[in-house]
Amino acid sequence: MLELKVASRLGAFQLEAELDAADHSVTVLVGESGSGKSTLLRCLAGLVRPERGRIVVDGEAWFDAGTAVWRPAPERAVGMVTQDYALFPHLSAAENVAFGLRAERVPALERRQRVAAALERLGIASLAARRPHELSGGQQQRVAIARAIVLEPRLLLLDEPLSALDASSRRVIRAELRRLFDELPCMTLYVTHSPAEALSFGERIVVLESGRVSQSGPREQLMRSPRSPYVAEFLGVNLFRGALAGGASGGATRIALPQGELEVAERGGEGDVTVVVRPREITLALERPAGTARNVFEGEIEELVPEPPDGELVRVSLATHPPLIAEVTRQAVAALGLSPRRRVFASFKAAGVIVVGEPGG
Amino acid sequence: MPGPAPRRPPTPSLARIGTLVAGALLLGFLALPFVALLLRVTPGELLSRLRGPVVLDALRLSFVTSLAATAIVVVLGVPMAYLLATRDFPGKRLVEVLIDLPMVLPPTVAGFALLMAFGRAGLAGRALEAFGISLPFTTTGVVVAQVFMAVPFMIGPARAGFTNLDPRLLDAAATLRARESFTFFHVALPLALPAILAGIAMSGARALGEFGATITFAGNLPGSTQTMPLAVYVAFESDLDAAVALSVLLLVMAFGLLLGLRAAPVGSFWGQHRARAQGR
Amino acid sequence: MTRARTLPALAMLALLVAFVAPPTGRAATGATSQTLQVFAAASLADAFNDLGRMLEQQHPGLVVRFNYTGSQQLAAQLEQGAVADLYASADDRWMSYAKDRGLVVGDPWLFARNRLVVIVPKTNPARIQKVQDIAKGGIKIVLGADAVPVGRYSRMVIRNLSRSEGFPSDFATRTLANVVSEEENVKSVVSKVQLGEADAGIVYHSDVTPAVARYVRVFEVPDSANVIASYPMALVRGGTAPEAAKAFMELVLSAEGQRVLERHGLMPVAASNP
Repeated sequence: MLELKVASRLGAFQLEAELDAADHSVTVLVGESGSGKSTLLRCLAGLVRPERGRIVVDGEAWFDAGTAVWRPAPERAVGMVTQDYALFPHLSAAENVAFGLRAERVPALERRQRVAAALERLGIASLAARRPHELSGGQQQRVAIARAIVLEPRLLLLDEPLSALDASSRRVIRAELRRLFDELPCMTLYVTHSPAEALSFGERIVVLESGRVSQSGPREQLMRSPRSPYVAEFLGVNLFRGALAGGASGGATRIALPQGELEVAERGGEGDVTVVVRPREITLALERPAGTARNVFEGEIEELVPEPPDGELVRVSLATHPPLIAEVTRQAVAALGLSPRRRVFASFKAAGVIVVGEPGG
Repeated sequence: MPGPAPRRPPTPSLARIGTLVAGALLLGFLALPFVALLLRVTPGELLSRLRGPVVLDALRLSFVTSLAATAIVVVLGVPMAYLLATRDFPGKRLVEVLIDLPMVLPPTVAGFALLMAFGRAGLAGRALEAFGISLPFTTTGVVVAQVFMAVPFMIGPARAGFTNLDPRLLDAAATLRARESFTFFHVALPLALPAILAGIAMSGARALGEFGATITFAGNLPGSTQTMPLAVYVAFESDLDAAVALSVLLLVMAFGLLLGLRAAPVGSFWGQHRARAQGR
Repeated sequence: MTRARTLPALAMLALLVAFVAPPTGRAATGATSQTLQVFAAASLADAFNDLGRMLEQQHPGLVVRFNYTGSQQLAAQLEQGAVADLYASADDRWMSYAKDRGLVVGDPWLFARNRLVVIVPKTNPARIQKVQDIAKGGIKIVLGADAVPVGRYSRMVIRNLSRSEGFPSDFATRTLANVVSEEENVKSVVSKVQLGEADAGIVYHSDVTPAVARYVRVFEVPDSANVIASYPMALVRGGTAPEAAKAFMELVLSAEGQRVLERHGLMPVAASNP
């Protein structure tokens, strides 16, 4: 059980974050670079001491500004994996993995067994004697992970562990990590700026913007009700802010956006609103559709991104006014012959536009 | 226009010529005294001189004292270099100046200062005398003088080596349950080893060649304080050939020391690691 | 190469030449600005400094420079080609050495004598009450190295004392066993005793200047065992100011000069000329 609430000066702004994690959980921390997520991780690791707040793990205070408690990194049951692996270049893979066990003075026999088991688990037993510079990026990352988990940490911290890898290595290791996290009893905190990774791992997602938690909760909740444009864009949801602009024909209400106009199911009220259009609600056609959909936009396809894990669904970015992201099946893409720069028609019903947050808010 | 001008090879710029000339002058200036020295004595003469008691005594003394001095400098200097590289503390500037002081001080002045401190009537010397420890005129005094002068030559390179350490590795070690001392011995030290070896070479050579502070503080007595540099100085006035032989011997020892430590097989994977760290 | 670069490059070249080219030394005004270079044994420092000033007053435009260190070192420097006008040694041995190698011209002139004394620090850590006490076990004696005149004389004195009345026959062995350092010039011996680092030392009587006397106690050596050092001086071959050198020698040998030597603890030549 992890409870964190810290506040600290972070460059140009204040870091003020609060998050909880349950045993055997994976929490994903997302945010732009500079938003404070790495700093937060370093606070948890014990490498950086925040100015205020407390960090409590399994009922033990690792940090408490009020009672001046500060447990430095070597005394915390954490494991950390970073983007650059930070493997010790003068040690072999096995010696790297054994490092923490040596520091804890684990007896040699037990040490050897645990190291062998960790290497085996990550599938790199055959690389035990190799030095880091003799390993590929993916192999190095596996060594780094083995090195962290062999210590059986209570809290496993991963700081963008896959971002230095090429796409195919990333996919492979991501799947392995998914399996690993399921097996590990610890709490895992996973920092990423990749929506694909966030969606793969995070039962819970915490979003950090400019040092503050803008939203946190289960994945589905964030996708359903993103509270900021960043969250929306990150999860690939269409979120707009506009003003209710009176009635339209057929029982609909218009919403004026900076980039265009939407029609939503009739509602009263005036003022600014925030609306969400789920990508799944958007239908694509090569010709202007003649159906009941009240919102039709024409524009070029900017990008087609297959969604993890197998690309059965594809995200289509459209250069419409306003810009839209649609989600269609792989078969649909093939059937319509969709490709970048293709002009298509995107349509969705007024009923598919969800107003989140009250008017005037 | 009759056609494209014929291509000439680019003439070297004045800057490049200037640098080459300056480099050649410098190297010639440095090499000439050594070559002149080497030409004065044949290997046969050298070997026969080696058997004389004065030379043997001086050789043994130099070897033992500079070895002891270098060992002390390593044990005391490497941790200090680590602290300077990784920590800030009040008065750090002052500490840095203090450490560099022996390097800029004329050795005789240093010797005199050592007398003031550790001489029989000296500040700390009085206390040492009470315990029966006397430093001037002893071989231990020679080691003290050598340590005093050689310290900055160790701390400079070693500190640079520690400063160049990737802080992310030190962070990683901390998250792997390693306290500061474990990290020092298992991460910092092995990775800074090439720099530390350079420091050993420099400080060892300085200890070997130490003269002014030694003769002033420890005195000059064959068999107990007359190291090779002092023996050369004495031989210079009575037996020039002995002086040449001793000088050549010193030269060869210093050369061997510097060359040996530079060529140490601290191998290719450092180079690789460096390349990787830069490439990333 | 552009115009803008040539000028600074030439300037640097000129600067380099200016530093590398040897200075021409003598000023254009010739005899009115001259330097007299004197190599003298360390024990002559105070006396010769006074004499040098006197000579400068007598010859406006003349600058007298001194190089004081052990006579053996001076001889070695001259042999290696050092330029000097006058060489004043603390013993005949090094003057002969210089003569044999053609480093000096003409005959050397004896100009002063000196006798040896035993000095101990005022604090007297080894509690030395008489000269015999320097043979006590475990005390620290500093002497000049054998090559230094005062060192040779010291050892002669020690041997003489061994054969003298009132001194045990093993005086020399025991005393020499107490030697902890062999200094390269007599002033170093003085310093070490003055500082209290050594328990005793043997130096020239002239070395106990008023300044030194504040920190040391002097024990006279019986005349029968003492060595009287003779100081010869000679013109150096290849000097640049032979006339000035001769003038200095005359000053030293004059009554006035001898009085100066006496004032500084040396023994004049005329007084003990046989």
